[in-house]
Amino acid sequence: MQKLEAEVVASIRIGPDICLLRLKAPAIAATARPGQFVHLRCGEGLDPLLRRPLSIHDSGDGELTLFYQVKGRGTAWLSRQHPGSKVDLLGPLGRGFTLVSGRRLALVAGGLGMAPLFFLARQARELGNEVDFFYGARNSRGLHRLEALEDLGIRLFIATDDGSAGFRGPVTALWEKQLKDNHYDRAYACGPRPALAAFARLAAAAAVPAEVSLEERMACGFGACRGCVTALRDSRGEKYYENVCTGGPVFDVAAVCWEG
Amino acid sequence: MEQAEKRPGVNPKEEDEKLGARGKGLAGTGCAGSGLKSRSTPQEPETGAGVNLEVQLGDLTLPNPVMPASGTFGFGEEYAPFLDLNRLGALVVKTITLEPTPGNPPPRLMETPSGLLNSIGLQNPGLEVFLREKLPYLRRFTPPLIVNIAGRTVEEYGELAARLSAAEGIAALEVNISCPNVREGGIVFGTVPEMAARVTATVKGQTHLPVIVKLTPNVTDITVLARAVEDAGADALSLINTLQGMAIDLETRRPALANIVGGLSGPAIKPVALCAVWRVARAVKIPVIGMGGIVTARDALEFLLAGARAVAVGTAGLVNPRAIIEVIDGIKAYLQEQGLQDVNELVGALRI
Ligand SMILES: Cc1cc2nc3c(=O)[nH]c(=O)nc-3n(C[C@H](O)[C@H](O)[C@H](O)COP(=O)(O)OP(=O)(O)OC[C@H]3O[C@@H](n4cnc5c(N)ncnc54)[C@H](O)[C@@H]3O)c2cc1C
Ligand SMILES: Cc1cc2nc3c(=O)[nH]c(=O)nc-3n(C[C@H](O)[C@H](O)[C@H](O)COP(=O)(O)O)c2cc1C
Ligand code: FES
Repeated sequence: MQKLEAEVVASIRIGPDICLLRLKAPAIAATARPGQFVHLRCGEGLDPLLRRPLSIHDSGDGELTLFYQVKGRGTAWLSRQHPGSKVDLLGPLGRGFTLVSGRRLALVAGGLGMAPLFFLARQARELGNEVDFFYGARNSRGLHRLEALEDLGIRLFIATDDGSAGFRGPVTALWEKQLKDNHYDRAYACGPRPALAAFARLAAAAAVPAEVSLEERMACGFGACRGCVTALRDSRGEKYYENVCTGGPVFDVAAVCWEG
Repeated sequence: MEQAEKRPGVNPKEEDEKLGARGKGLAGTGCAGSGLKSRSTPQEPETGAGVNLEVQLGDLTLPNPVMPASGTFGFGEEYAPFLDLNRLGALVVKTITLEPTPGNPPPRLMETPSGLLNSIGLQNPGLEVFLREKLPYLRRFTPPLIVNIAGRTVEEYGELAARLSAAEGIAALEVNISCPNVREGGIVFGTVPEMAARVTATVKGQTHLPVIVKLTPNVTDITVLARAVEDAGADALSLINTLQGMAIDLETRRPALANIVGGLSGPAIKPVALCAVWRVARAVKIPVIGMGGIVTARDALEFLLAGARAVAVGTAGLVNPRAIIEVIDGIKAYLQEQGLQDVNELVGALRI
């Protein structure tokens, strides 16, 4: 875990409000694992005050790539940074996905959930896994990096709410269809919480070990404030709160308290 | 040396061996390891360059006046990757309760203009786990260790004080009677002068350690509370805890925090905190630790001028884990710039 000033290598808008940011950060890139995140200062002053967490979208050759949506002031500031400017970041933070090799995997992304799953897909392929990537969005304009995903040698399954591309309906329904005739050794998902809850139910019903990446509002990002908790269940079924920033953001679906 | 006296029962040799082992483990991270030898050979002496940073809180000696604020520092280990814990004026841990406390449901945080609203609800693993799993780690460092406590009843405060006093390696107790985020205890004890005095007297009766009482700003006149706990025997005061606050999400029309209200901290509260410190420092004889919105050395210096003998950095450390080190270095630089030899010359030196 490091705190450093990373230089912006490239900042590319790939949709009306979607950006790819490439940062030169060799110390973080060298140890980053899929599912981990970085915590960035978005501005120079005291407002906005807190850092912003963003998943590591890809990592290699001394660089980190982030994939993010411009949502509010922090990400808007980030989108205005140009090559050569410096961004203050902490990372790599959190626990990533469990990596396996030589298996059959399902990756299920809802909207921005694609951000951490891209890195996972690439490493999973390098480890000799067969990867089916299920990618859902509201409409075709919400689907990004399709070519880059296909270049990884994965099988891509697309779903949109309005049917403007691929299967019409939720991405979890598309995965459910595949689950009928296909066996998966493991499954991974990131996306809106209701989609993750549906994913968890399907994984449990098909007895597929599965992990999700969760989001919570964060202050420190390194476990000091206890602000980012989510409810989990321990082995005896007792509910407790765990930090998303250090205990996660990746959790086993069986441990997550989906009802809140 | 001061510290050896402050840690009865700790065998320095044995401890140094532990430090050595730990130093190796950290060698690759390029950080915290550097100060591990500071017991015998200080590498970055705070008293160097002709400037004295040592301050006295009653019987408690701090190598410099800057400490972390309880609840924003975890149990120290969270900050170890970013800084050398041996450089701090004191180590201050998250509030400990007798039983494990689960805390409030999420969302617990909301950013506000230059501020942070939180409703953690004193989540902590409880006294037993603290003594068994957190204290041995904290004992390895040289700065005095201050343990913050909260009870649901006056008796619980007393029991916590007694049991912590029996443990090795604790330099002082900070009594939290000011948490706005718990229903039982906390704020009730902090807003009624008679209750604040009873908690203070009970804790004093159960410990030989210096007792610091942490006050809330959510009262009509904080000096009344300050005098009440001074009269009850407090050795020092910490102020301020967070201000009660609220935020609403316009999309959902729901409160931004699951607990509806929370405690506001960060730069947004600095003027309120500074004013409280100034008023209380003039109203009592015991030393005051000032906190609330300190981000830079300049903020800290304002608190010292207003009468604080030491300061704490809270929210700023969550944003910049090295903030506390920058504050210490900045105070030293200011003293040198001003041609001052001793930080104590600044305490209460406000010109009016
Ligand atoms: C572990 C983790 C990884 C993430 N990875 C990505 C990613 O790869 N790409 C991406 O586009 N987004 C990601 N997010 C969400 C992203 O952090 C928020 O969209 C971003 O913080 C919004 O900041 P803002 O200033 O633009 O918006 P504002 O709405 O102005 O933010 C106000 C406050 O709310 C917090 N906040 C707002 N939305 C979220 C959220 N969904 N989760 C946590 N905090 C939030 C902000 O950090 C800030 O403190 C991730 C969140 C987490 C917790
Ligand atoms: C996330 C968070 C958790 C806190 N938890 C505690 C706590 O457990 N005990 C306590 O006495 N104060 C707690 N506080 C209050 C701080 O110690 C401090 O009094 C307050 O935040 C003001 O200082 P700051 O503006 O520098 O943060 C907490 C503050 C924050 C932001
Ligand atoms: S964000 Fe501070 S503990 Fe997770």
